[in-house]
Amino acid sequence: MIDFYLNGQRQQHADVTPDTSVLELLRTRLGQTGTKEGCASGDCGACTVSIGEPDGRGGLSYHSANACITPAHQLNGCHLVTVEGLSRGDALHPVQAAMVDCHGSQCGFCTPGIIMSLFTLHEQQRRRPAPLTQQRMEAALGGNLCRCTGYRPIRDAALRMNEYPDTHPLWADDPDLAGNVATLHTDATKAKPSAGATSQGRFDSPRDLATLRELRRERPQSRLVAGATDLWLESTQQLKILDDIINVRQVAELNTLEETPEGWWVGAAVTYSRLEPLFAEHYPAFEHLMHRFASSQVRNRATLGGNVANASPIGDTPPVLLALDARLALDGPEGAREIPIAEFFLDYKKTALREGEFIRAIFLPRPNADHNLKVWKLSKRREDDISAVLAAFAWRWDNGVMRDVHLAFGGMAGIPKRAPTAEAALEGQAPSQAVFEAAKAALRGEFQPMTDVRGTKEYRSIAAANLLERLRLMLASTSKDSDKKDAEVCLDAYAH
Amino acid sequence: MRTLTNIKAPEAAPSVSHESSEARKEQTGRNKGDGPLARDTTTVHRQSATGGSSTHARAHESAIKHVTGRAAYIDDIPAPSDVLHIALGLSPVAHGRLTRLDLEKVKRAPGVVDVITIVDVPGHTDIGPVFPGDPIFVDDEISYVGQTLFAVAATSYKAARLAVKEAVIEIDERPASLDPVTATERGEFVRPTHTHQSGDWQQALESSAHVLEGEQFVGGQEHFYLEGQACLVLPTEDEGVMVYTSNQHPSETQKLVAEVLDIPFHAVTMEMRRMGGGFGGKETQASPWACIAAIIARRTGRAAKLRLPRAEDTRATGKRHPFNNRYRLGFDDQGVLTGGDITVIGDCGYSPDLSDAVVDRAMFHADNAYSLGQARVTGHRAKTNTASNTAFRGFGGPQGMMIIEAAMDDIARHLGEDPLTVRKRNLYRLGRDVTHYGQRVEQITLLHDIVEQLEASSDYWSRRKAIAEFNAKSPIIKKGLALTPVKFGISFTVQHLNQAGALLLVYTDGSVSINHGGTEMGQGLHTKVCQVVARELGLDLEQVRITATRTDKVPNTSPTAASSGADLNGQAARDAASKLRERLFDFAAQHFDQELGGLDREGMRLEGGELIAGVGESERRIPWGELIQKAYLARVSLSEKGFYATPLIHYDRDAAKGRPFYYYAHGAAVAEVEVDTLSGEYRLSRADILHDVGDSLNPAIDIGQIEGAFIQGMGWLTSEELKWNEQGRLISDGPATYKIPAFGDLPPVFNVDLLQGHPNSQASIYRSKAVGEPPFMLGISVWSALRDALASLVDYRHCPRLDTPATPERVLMAAEALRNATLVKAAQPETSDDPA
Repeated sequence: MIDFYLNGQRQQHADVTPDTSVLELLRTRLGQTGTKEGCASGDCGACTVSIGEPDGRGGLSYHSANACITPAHQLNGCHLVTVEGLSRGDALHPVQAAMVDCHGSQCGFCTPGIIMSLFTLHEQQRRRPAPLTQQRMEAALGGNLCRCTGYRPIRDAALRMNEYPDTHPLWADDPDLAGNVATLHTDATKAKPSAGATSQGRFDSPRDLATLRELRRERPQSRLVAGATDLWLESTQQLKILDDIINVRQVAELNTLEETPEGWWVGAAVTYSRLEPLFAEHYPAFEHLMHRFASSQVRNRATLGGNVANASPIGDTPPVLLALDARLALDGPEGAREIPIAEFFLDYKKTALREGEFIRAIFLPRPNADHNLKVWKLSKRREDDISAVLAAFAWRWDNGVMRDVHLAFGGMAGIPKRAPTAEAALEGQAPSQAVFEAAKAALRGEFQPMTDVRGTKEYRSIAAANLLERLRLMLASTSKDSDKKDAEVCLDAYAH
Repeated sequence: MRTLTNIKAPEAAPSVSHESSEARKEQTGRNKGDGPLARDTTTVHRQSATGGSSTHARAHESAIKHVTGRAAYIDDIPAPSDVLHIALGLSPVAHGRLTRLDLEKVKRAPGVVDVITIVDVPGHTDIGPVFPGDPIFVDDEISYVGQTLFAVAATSYKAARLAVKEAVIEIDERPASLDPVTATERGEFVRPTHTHQSGDWQQALESSAHVLEGEQFVGGQEHFYLEGQACLVLPTEDEGVMVYTSNQHPSETQKLVAEVLDIPFHAVTMEMRRMGGGFGGKETQASPWACIAAIIARRTGRAAKLRLPRAEDTRATGKRHPFNNRYRLGFDDQGVLTGGDITVIGDCGYSPDLSDAVVDRAMFHADNAYSLGQARVTGHRAKTNTASNTAFRGFGGPQGMMIIEAAMDDIARHLGEDPLTVRKRNLYRLGRDVTHYGQRVEQITLLHDIVEQLEASSDYWSRRKAIAEFNAKSPIIKKGLALTPVKFGISFTVQHLNQAGALLLVYTDGSVSINHGGTEMGQGLHTKVCQVVARELGLDLEQVRITATRTDKVPNTSPTAASSGADLNGQAARDAASKLRERLFDFAAQHFDQELGGLDREGMRLEGGELIAGVGESERRIPWGELIQKAYLARVSLSEKGFYATPLIHYDRDAAKGRPFYYYAHGAAVAEVEVDTLSGEYRLSRADILHDVGDSLNPAIDIGQIEGAFIQGMGWLTSEELKWNEQGRLISDGPATYKIPAFGDLPPVFNVDLLQGHPNSQASIYRSKAVGEPPFMLGISVWSALRDALASLVDYRHCPRLDTPATPERVLMAAEALRNATLVKAAQPETSDDPA
């Protein structure tokens, strides 16, 4: 049984198969065809919906999501808002009116998704007004492809939406909605194993670590899902039947963000969106990567734990975690253990996780004042693209020489990987041209990248070495202002 | 007895409450779902520097439906509950013979109702749109990865797709031919080579002060319409079918469905309300799916829906043709072309499809805006083992233009001139105003005007100076600037397609329905055609409505393509409306005020919802609704058909001469880029566009077309990379791997203006010009600006070859090549001095 609110109306649906997506539920079962399928892989945003969850202060906090890769069962205890739910009788919602007035639609097929991304942005603006910078607009709309307009009128609509009278959707009049959703959200019966059983498999949503361990003991072959932003492609693209799923999104112990003097333990189910303030404060380079990491629809659902466990050689965060010497808290039926992230990736898509084991949390060490981190991603498109090469460089200064040099790369090998010989070339050295030449030469011996759809092996090799050269040039710059140093060798849009 | 609807009297003159009633009308009129929705925008989106008018800047007729999710596309149409879903079995190999296709397990899979292959096709099995060569299903020979082998109909979409996986397929695989240049050398063509020649090009080359040559690869482009290929077919009475399809060419699909089913055309009705994007990808390549679904619908007696999943859509359908181009051109000391030789090779894929016309259009545009002098232009149609490449916005024109724009940059570097200077010197001008295919360029000063206005408004020369200074001081980040013009020929080059029909119906409540042969894919065609009819009949736009395009309302239509939608269908609608208007005038002149001798037929007009006759004291106004009801009662026909055929055009293929185009549309763009020459990354920091749409039918829609086309053109040349593996399988088969521009690729500064004061010199609809395709090629400015930035690495002495798409990888590799060449050069004298 899934139990949620759709545009203010309670929805209860029995026997929804575990691998049903929100999009499939809407279009096929509920006849709500306003939400469109453009790619069924979370890459175009045409199916964007807004999901409201209790914010802990008696209200609902909305985030955008790709309905095509969001499991329908994860709607339990949420308020799903779709394009059909925004206008108030005959009156358009401000984002709809702004899109009409700015000529923001042409063929109209991407429009419902654009509307929902704008709605989510509008809601966030209402809750926490802030200047609508280019960066915020890009963050909100970078995951919505439009093939017709070239985006200018959509940008205008975003800039103008706040000028319209704030016409609330009808459901916003219901004073009990947030409370009702919260009641559903915390409803413990939904966590019971029986709640996740369907005639065609299981979708269990445990609420605590003990239950999760127990379920993993019983069904070590079950698939763990948090954001589902990668796993669901197995269903929509490869047509695999996903009939044994454990949803960790609501496991309390996996949702904590715990600060210690040494750093932070980030629960494996914590979404990127929740991490952004932490990154912004302590790891600006990591935060900057987030602007080029997937889309807000994905960052709102996806988790650091998922990116690590997925162990893709082109995942964007593992190289950063390698550069930071992150640690992983693993847990499972056989108990808990802690390992350095460097010991986690064994081979292509093969990890140190044992049967039934899972990632409970990721430890990010607190950077001290001497610590430096640079993260650079190369891809064909700036937004929502997968890296051809990603480089994460970390070191600290010690009387003018580089210490604890970490050079980690994605896209250069079958796993995210550090470059120890290149690191050794720099370790304990002042950043002269000669030592960097040595490091670049070492790098060439260290990786034999492959040619694929995102780049040739030659390009990857040259680009990786050039990113080291970029670092050298930055360090060699005589500019006083660090932003200016970056701008000399790195485009503004990409700089950090 | 039938009574007539009471029609409200026209509203009284504005009273005090006018504003609030208008506001209410605004509130209630906005969200009527299927109500008449077009309305004025509240403000013009931007005050045009050149004083553009907002009078006709009406919103898209479906805008409110788009933003509320009520605009229905094929997959949104409520289907009967027993509808069958179709999935396709596609070839996994590029070339070979199908030796075994065992579908027994497919037939037994859960939910499967029907499975068909080539032997189940009742009529024609070749569905080639112009020339034969496209089998509906593979018979024996497999020609590309993604070719259709069989179709499965099941009770759900998922069941059908899962069943496909049960097929046992055995193929005797053969080497795939994937290189169009090799295919050309071997003479493997889908259509014969064609050549344009003007004057003695060899003599021109021999006597030129300078000769340069160059070659380039211009990549293809996936349409990436957001709504994939889709259709829904219902069996109807007798042997017929009703076909709902996302389709730019319903009449052709109607023909093919009829032929495949072996039934007369009148048994097949097509309905097409709107597409979620087309861009050429649904001109010919929407037909196979409708044909397959029609066979299933007739065999089972049930409704059948076929919608391609994104990856299958991308693999199964053709794209913009990749081209391999080369030039050998002579020019004088000023860089003015004296003549030479241009060859373009279109990679057509496995079958002709529209490739003959696509390569023709590439040849027709190998001059872009410049007189080639005495030149030969040759176009080859290479056959390869990929999907059959097809129409895509510009239809070969963009690929043809790329070679001459490359040459302009190269010539400028060779002579040490600014590329803009060389471009301006080569623009068509008096005395050099005939193209290599014999068409005289009219409006000869217009391109000069555009370039000069844009040069000034974009501040080209002072930015050029600032960029040179910046680049001199910045070793890694390099800026580039380029201005490129566009001259694009308007008309189908296949003459008979330049015709259109319309059907105008007026009902007794005064509401007007117009149908025409064009299809709506977002370009605002229906909005424009409604505007034409409203203008002809003096009505509010809200009183005129277009619903779906249907082959049983207007037959034998041309595709909505070649930017011709508004030109052709607007004229046909105008023809219908003006004929009806004249009939109403005849009627009114006799019917009203008979006691006074009738109304004055001369000077009668329809305006503001009224018929107005006479002037001053004797002026008489008759409300539209009253006029219509009186006409009805007097047994005057209230429907009319319209027709239009473009005049003047002709082309003699044997002589390779003629006037294939009714007129040319023009424009120019200035792009500024910043390039990181260490990583190859870049961004477009500013774009300025001035574009010629004659007298605009709707400035808001036209600007939307221009901006969208420019960004799409930029995507084609920068981030959109089609990659096939060595086995001929497309590996960039979805948005995860094929990157169309996203929100952040929009330049921070983007100035777009319509050229003012230059109505079309030909009698097009209200002297407007076609706008769908021409601005696509403005995107070439971005590519040229990238080359400009790269050229700065060698002090502008040389312009590096930069194939497209110019991905960060290609830009980096070009930069590395330039740097290495410089290093080698710099190293040579040093080595000789080195005592070691």
